[in-house]
Amino acid sequence: MFDVNKVDAVIEKHGAEQRALTAMLQDIQSEYNYLPREALERIAQKMNLPLIQVYQVAKFYKAFSLEPRGKHSITVCLGTACHVRGGVAIADQVGRLLGVKPGETTKDRRFSFDTVNCLGCCALGPVMVVDGQYYGKMAASKVERVLQKYMEEEVAANA
Amino acid sequence: MPRLTSRAEFEEWRQSVLASWEPSKPCITVCGGTGCRALGAKEVTAALGRELKKQGLQDKVDLKMTGCHGFCERGPLVVVYPQQIFYQGVTAEDVPDIVSETLVKGNPVERKLYVDPVTGQPVVHEPDVPFYREQKRVLMKYNGLIIPTKIEDYIAIGGYQALCKALFEMTPEQVIEEIKRSGLRGRGGAGFPTGRKWEECRRADGDVKYVICNADEGDPGAYQDRSLVEGNPHSILEGIIIGAYAVGAHEGFIYIRHEYPLAVENITRAIEQAEAYGLLGKNILGSGFDFTFKVHRGAGAFVCGESSALMRSIEGYAGEPRAKRIHATEKGLWDRPTVLNNVKTWASVPYIINNGADWFAQMGTATSKGTMVFSLVGKVNNTGLVEVPMGATLRHLVFDIGGGISSGKKCKAVQTGGPSGGCIPERLLDLPVDYEALTEAGSIMGSGGLIVMDEDTCMVDVARYFLHFTMEESCGKCTACREGSRRMYEILERIVHGKGQEGDVERLQEIGEAMIAGSLCALGRMAPNPVLSTIRYFRDEYEAHIRDKRCPAAVCKDLITFSVIAENCTGCGVCLRNCPQGAITGEKKQVHHIDPNKCIRCGICREVCRFNAIKVE
Ligand SMILES: Cc1cc2nc3c(=O)[nH]c(=O)nc-3n(C[C@H](O)[C@H](O)[C@H](O)COP(=O)(O)O)c2cc1C
Ligand code: FES
Repeated sequence: MFDVNKVDAVIEKHGAEQRALTAMLQDIQSEYNYLPREALERIAQKMNLPLIQVYQVAKFYKAFSLEPRGKHSITVCLGTACHVRGGVAIADQVGRLLGVKPGETTKDRRFSFDTVNCLGCCALGPVMVVDGQYYGKMAASKVERVLQKYMEEEVAANA
Repeated sequence: MPRLTSRAEFEEWRQSVLASWEPSKPCITVCGGTGCRALGAKEVTAALGRELKKQGLQDKVDLKMTGCHGFCERGPLVVVYPQQIFYQGVTAEDVPDIVSETLVKGNPVERKLYVDPVTGQPVVHEPDVPFYREQKRVLMKYNGLIIPTKIEDYIAIGGYQALCKALFEMTPEQVIEEIKRSGLRGRGGAGFPTGRKWEECRRADGDVKYVICNADEGDPGAYQDRSLVEGNPHSILEGIIIGAYAVGAHEGFIYIRHEYPLAVENITRAIEQAEAYGLLGKNILGSGFDFTFKVHRGAGAFVCGESSALMRSIEGYAGEPRAKRIHATEKGLWDRPTVLNNVKTWASVPYIINNGADWFAQMGTATSKGTMVFSLVGKVNNTGLVEVPMGATLRHLVFDIGGGISSGKKCKAVQTGGPSGGCIPERLLDLPVDYEALTEAGSIMGSGGLIVMDEDTCMVDVARYFLHFTMEESCGKCTACREGSRRMYEILERIVHGKGQEGDVERLQEIGEAMIAGSLCALGRMAPNPVLSTIRYFRDEYEAHIRDKRCPAAVCKDLITFSVIAENCTGCGVCLRNCPQGAITGEKKQVHHIDPNKCIRCGICREVCRFNAIKVE
């Protein structure tokens, strides 16, 4: 739930100055997994800025999401090293299985799917990451099995 | 530990650290780089800890999880000192043998040794592994030896001695002179002479000046800056403090890419330690010089690696570049004189101050001095981080160190410089790698990514890939870059989809020229490089796509078909079961068939077929 006190604490910690804006948004993003509109409004109010100026920064950087994110986060690397080793086929397969495009979240909010430009472990390419777990030397034919694991965990947790 | 307030106190502390450092004591190191971690290095380290305890060796053997050793392809890596016995692909199950055989008896565990593919012989010692033997490691030298979060380890290998020398034996002008004489040039891409940059900033008016370390490392396929910040953060910090002293800055920042949490953690720890010991903060080691240093995490925008955009981003705004009529050395961060350098540039500084400009300048070529760290990735056998003197040839890097092409096919090209660079064809691999030679060949040094491509790589697809990258990352402020990249991408898209038209190559060249001439920052000015260089060297591939509607590398989906090679097909049914479209039919033990109308060319059948029975053309 959105809690204005938490946002105030973040503002307090960094100081309501322009130079601290990204750091504040980073803290809020890691708290909520996205940037709730109320939080942006609160920051704008405290910093005496038009909302659009806070929004512009939030929109500019890819680390920020203005929409709630899924429970599991799936990332496929499309950096050059992974690209030449077949990263696109993996991304295509993830998209097909989940029925979403990169940058989107499934309707049931279970999975968010993103592509990135290099995770810095190109030796393992092509790389896919699910909730911080790295899957190296991936192949399109292995995607289903990996995703299955997370779907089954969900089912087990709900049962 | 109280803050050290003089050089004498530092020296006393250093001696006490050295006294407790026993080079002959057995030590086992596990690579803690991102690649090895992903492959299970943490589990291996934990298992080693348990096994040492079990065998009662925990006080007799040091166990260290270090930074990246560089040979990422073979991780997790373990090295046993003092003999430097090198193990690769280690798992927790191998740990008991390593402890009882190697640490207790001193024998190598054969099955975990690296086997030289040329001789077929196992190699026992790390320095004899061809991947390491052919390198000259300066910046990367200690990555595999020290615990990155332990300042004592850095002190034991001579850390912060260069800072003492600079603060107590040299004037700022002498430091600048030394850097100038060394010939050090920026390692972030453009290769601007570092000493000259520092001098401009020193001479600029104003009391408030800044120094910044660029650890944004946006080039996909490059991860050496990350490995240095993670593996030896104090070496970068020491270089920056020396630089700040030279230019007269009292505040500095490191701008780190947000995908690098471990780098943020390790540099933050290093800063805290340096502050605690009086190597940062007010009156450093009693020299009278003050300097504070902060971490700024990036938030995901490639353009923020560019100097003026990066500064805008630290100020708390959207990171849009500005026109560089005035140098950052005069008006940079908050309009104050600022020096921005790349991670590797800063990390070179302590070595130059310690060993002298002449030592540095004797490595490299006439115009490019010292060593360069490359990330050797793509279709190469020994993927990893390699450091060689400037001027080494691409062939040496790809074949002698990299062990050749992983697919067994022929090398087609090497891409350098990321989205701002170009593709260098196989026939030019004897090119010595320095700033000038790469620029002449239509590419750039960039931050040191080398992506090796083989015959299965389509050069038009690569060009399209990079233009897509630039188009997405263009901040949109100037028209040439925003519109130019979009139009070029559209043309490349239609070519790879088999809808290319006569004149498209010329159109690409024309828009490319316009972007070079009209873009505000180097993002747009360099963006056409991947296209122009592939047109220059691989024009026939463009023409095959446009005229014959054919992709010679069999990559572009709309121009290829999948079919079954009847002689090879055993009718095992694996492809049929795995095909996501139900496009494959066939009875058990009978030759299967792919329906080209249903096939989406995802390539899964080829991946799962064990009989090499799927043809793509
Ligand atoms: C679009 C763009 C991205 C860049 N990204 C980086 C980067 O990730 N790391 C870096 O060190 N330099 C990068 N640069 C180069 C910087 O602008 C700058 O020249 C460099 O950091 C200066 O340091 P040096 O003199 O030590 O090379 C980039 C430049 C451009 C135009
Ligand atoms: S390109 Fe995928 S991890 Fe670097």
